Amino acid sequence: MADKSNGYLADSFINIPEIKFTKLFINGEFVDAISGKRFETIDPRNGEVIARVAEGDTEDVDLAVKAARQAFDHGPWPRMPGHARGRLMMKFADLVEQHAEEAAALDTMDAGKLYSIGKLLDIPVGAASLRYYAGAADKIHGETLKMSRELHGYTLVEPVGVVGHIIPWNFPTNMFFMKTAPALAAGCTMVVKPAEQTPLSALFYAYLSKLAGIPDGVLNVVTGFGATAGAAIASHMDIDKVSFTGSTEVGRLVMQAAATSNLKHVSLELGGKSPVIVFDDADPDGEVCVAGSRVFVQEGIYDEVVNKLVEKAKNWTVGDPFDPNVKQGPQVDKKQFERVLSYIEQGKRDGASLLFGGKQHGKNGYYIQPTIFIDVEDHMVVAQEEIFGPVMSLMKFKTIEEAIERANSTKYGLAAGIVTKNIDTANTVSRSIRAGVVWINCYFAFDNDCPYGGYKLSGFGRDLGMEALYKYTQTKSVVTPIYNSPWL
Amino acid sequence: MAGRRISSVVSRSLAAYLTSPSSGRTSCIRRGLHKYSTAAAIDEPITPPVEVNYTKLLINGQFVDAASGKTFHTVDPRTGNVIADVAEGDAQDVNRAVAAARKAFDEGPWPKMTAYERSRVLLRFADLVEKHNDALAALETWDNGKPYEQSAKVEVPMFVRLFRYYAGWADKIHGLTVPADGPYHVQTLHEPIGVAGQIIPWNFPLLMFAWKVGPALACGNAVVLKTAEQTPLSALYVANLLHEAGLPPGVLNVISGFGPTAGAAICSHMDVDKLAFTGSTSTGKLVLELAAKSNLKPVTLELGGKSPVIVCEDADVDKAVETAHFALFFNQGQCCCSGSRTFVHERVYDEFVEKAKARAANRSVGDPFKQGIEQGPQIDPEQFNKILRYIKSGVETGATLETGGDRLGSKGYYIQPTVFSNVTDDMLIAQDEIFGPVQSILKYKSTEEVIRRANATSYGLAAGVFTQNLDTANTLARALRVGTVWINCYDTFDAAIPFGGYKMSGIGREKGVYSLRNYLQVKSVVTPLKNPAWL
Repeated sequence: MADKSNGYLADSFINIPEIKFTKLFINGEFVDAISGKRFETIDPRNGEVIARVAEGDTEDVDLAVKAARQAFDHGPWPRMPGHARGRLMMKFADLVEQHAEEAAALDTMDAGKLYSIGKLLDIPVGAASLRYYAGAADKIHGETLKMSRELHGYTLVEPVGVVGHIIPWNFPTNMFFMKTAPALAAGCTMVVKPAEQTPLSALFYAYLSKLAGIPDGVLNVVTGFGATAGAAIASHMDIDKVSFTGSTEVGRLVMQAAATSNLKHVSLELGGKSPVIVFDDADPDGEVCVAGSRVFVQEGIYDEVVNKLVEKAKNWTVGDPFDPNVKQGPQVDKKQFERVLSYIEQGKRDGASLLFGGKQHGKNGYYIQPTIFIDVEDHMVVAQEEIFGPVMSLMKFKTIEEAIERANSTKYGLAAGIVTKNIDTANTVSRSIRAGVVWINCYFAFDNDCPYGGYKLSGFGRDLGMEALYKYTQTKSVVTPIYNSPWL
Repeated sequence: MAGRRISSVVSRSLAAYLTSPSSGRTSCIRRGLHKYSTAAAIDEPITPPVEVNYTKLLINGQFVDAASGKTFHTVDPRTGNVIADVAEGDAQDVNRAVAAARKAFDEGPWPKMTAYERSRVLLRFADLVEKHNDALAALETWDNGKPYEQSAKVEVPMFVRLFRYYAGWADKIHGLTVPADGPYHVQTLHEPIGVAGQIIPWNFPLLMFAWKVGPALACGNAVVLKTAEQTPLSALYVANLLHEAGLPPGVLNVISGFGPTAGAAICSHMDVDKLAFTGSTSTGKLVLELAAKSNLKPVTLELGGKSPVIVCEDADVDKAVETAHFALFFNQGQCCCSGSRTFVHERVYDEFVEKAKARAANRSVGDPFKQGIEQGPQIDPEQFNKILRYIKSGVETGATLETGGDRLGSKGYYIQPTVFSNVTDDMLIAQDEIFGPVQSILKYKSTEEVIRRANATSYGLAAGVFTQNLDTANTLARALRVGTVWINCYDTFDAAIPFGGYKMSGIGREKGVYSLRNYLQVKSVVTPLKNPAWL
């Protein structure tokens, strides 16, 4: 019987798939890196090596871009009607759904994602993202215009060209599809660089894309490191657009590289320190509170909320993500693990009170106890910096104006949660928070039709929704004179 | 030759199917040898490779007899023989259907399921229809008379395409948030309108089903559909597949029957929220009247036309001849938008007439189940006799009969491809919608003149323009008072291209994003804001 406390579950519980795809996927083929180098990807449940994966560098990115450029400039993909692209994307979606278990297992091993959630939610939502954009591919409209001269004008919304996607490790599957699906629908070709911590599912999806019939060169995957492969993408002279999701620090580098190279379009989805604001009239039993890292609780309800949160934390089972009863898996790697623990120490040093957790969970792997700090002051590091771990900071507030001001005093602006039943509070606060997504009485309420992205140092550009399509297009205005038009 | 020309000017989908190398049909059309004699066309109608399994009304997910027990015949236009007895719906059946639709909308799962789930149902349906392509095409040809190749290679696939198109809209129906002049939060919600009554014609039974039912369902509505009495069969077949795909009962109800009874009952029903009709202008007027007199339900109408095809002096004449031919003769001349007034510039007139005459003389007419046939029979005796009367009128008013002019054979409703030249605007054949294989060629001198004459009609459905000149194209496109202008092409009907009429050719647009608004209501929701950070 498995001993959950050390974070490692016997393989017989789940059919752990064989790792089949560990090479770069360029122009429809799996190939070694030119240098022959490989890097290790680690299982965060136990720190062991899962597989050795081809390590792409500048030359490999170059090959991938060449393939993507050829596919865009001369290949069938942008020349197919949107409907035809949509059909292939639908096939791709069906394949993803059919292979949900295998894909979910890869993410669980590689990223510590909860397996049951992956199988039932993450992977099907990924397939749904493909379907959403498959259905949008034949619906990208420009406009005919109202010119104030004898001119006929219209806009054509054209694919931007070759896109570089640099995606993070926290949602390997959903990030993959959120980025590639709208770009595919728009008729672009692309080079995807998955995070070095989580290369496996991306390579698997590359394989499925080929099975689906997506032409060679349209979707390329170069696994490797940010400083090499990622930088190569950001500074490539023949990439038309880079979309990056990751830390603010690296986001800056990407944007700088884009500027100094060829002024490629940039979209950034970066860090956050999203506030959850719980008002006195909130339903204290709501699930919402659990999700935030910076939780402002109005004084009237403060004690009740704190107690409920501690109860929840006690039942928040940490363990092997393959176990369906577990609510929290390991952090993605040693670096993140150590980083989170050091933030916890910082919090204690700065004088926040540790109410719950605060230590490693178990002895092996990168598991951390759900951690709650109270008596946190806004200036403290744990209230300002993105921790990216299971550490909640609770703060008390009095008035709605105070909550708004404190919620906004952050360089970030990704999301916010508002917990209230009052219509005016909901409307006022949602308009006042400087964040790209506001969730009222819910959290992480993602939907393929709902644009998602940040304000301020959380980045710019939106993923999901029809808006995401326009990240991968360029607008061309076409104008010609007209004569004797009966109307203008 | 004809097949290749068609491919160069009409929509890609049409081209791909008609010139598919695997069929060998291209060569038959190319040779153009077929002018079937009386005997060959009629004597041995091919037995259609399909059975008729669905002949009852579809109400609340069940196939049921009409309340009256009555049935009517649906007829094979190749012979006049009965194909099947079909349940004849009347007001009582319409009432039951509307009640079922109302319940399905107000209480049932359809509007309450997520848009994504609705799209999955529609996509499953599309996949099922695709599997049944050939049987459905055979049924369509049997009931309507259009060439089987047209049904199997173009229309059923286009039906599938349309449902996939609409499925892709289901989860993308957006309203707006709107700037107010003061501190208000304003949203517009685009809600399903409710129960849609839809009345479709006999010329494209399956495609008209898709144009109507597709957007209505994608927007989350319930539907009561009345098919044309001439062509009730294919709708029942696909409606069954739609239920197999998971459509909840009551969401789509299909009533076979007649206009003055079942049709009028839908138009006048106090519990139908929206009406959509495709058919003749004269019936369209009745439909609008009944809607107004009952509960003011909003109405969209797709009606008749007398669409001009304008062949300019710089046109590629051979291409223009072929496309103008297709524009008129396609579907036995039975298209609302058929190019039924062919204006040819005097400089190319003689050449055009010669070539148009030859092309029509080569048009192969016969059993639509026979390979290589371009034209089947007209739909029924009423249409058949009406067309012959118009031909007679053409002759009597002095138009030159270049070719054709009579029926073909002694059984069924076949008419020879007919071309009139030297037609003038005052002739009946230049004014009335004939809805048959009768091309009228008129001469013109100048652009201003042809604009004036092309617009001198109470119709305004479509127009074709043949020119290589950018300015001529732009000028004519803007000047023609019609809902669709096809430049150097005709009958390009892709899913996203909106279609509909100006003037008495109709109200509203179908297909494309525009079709959605026919099946949505806009609700503004307004809330005051306290201390908004911006306005």
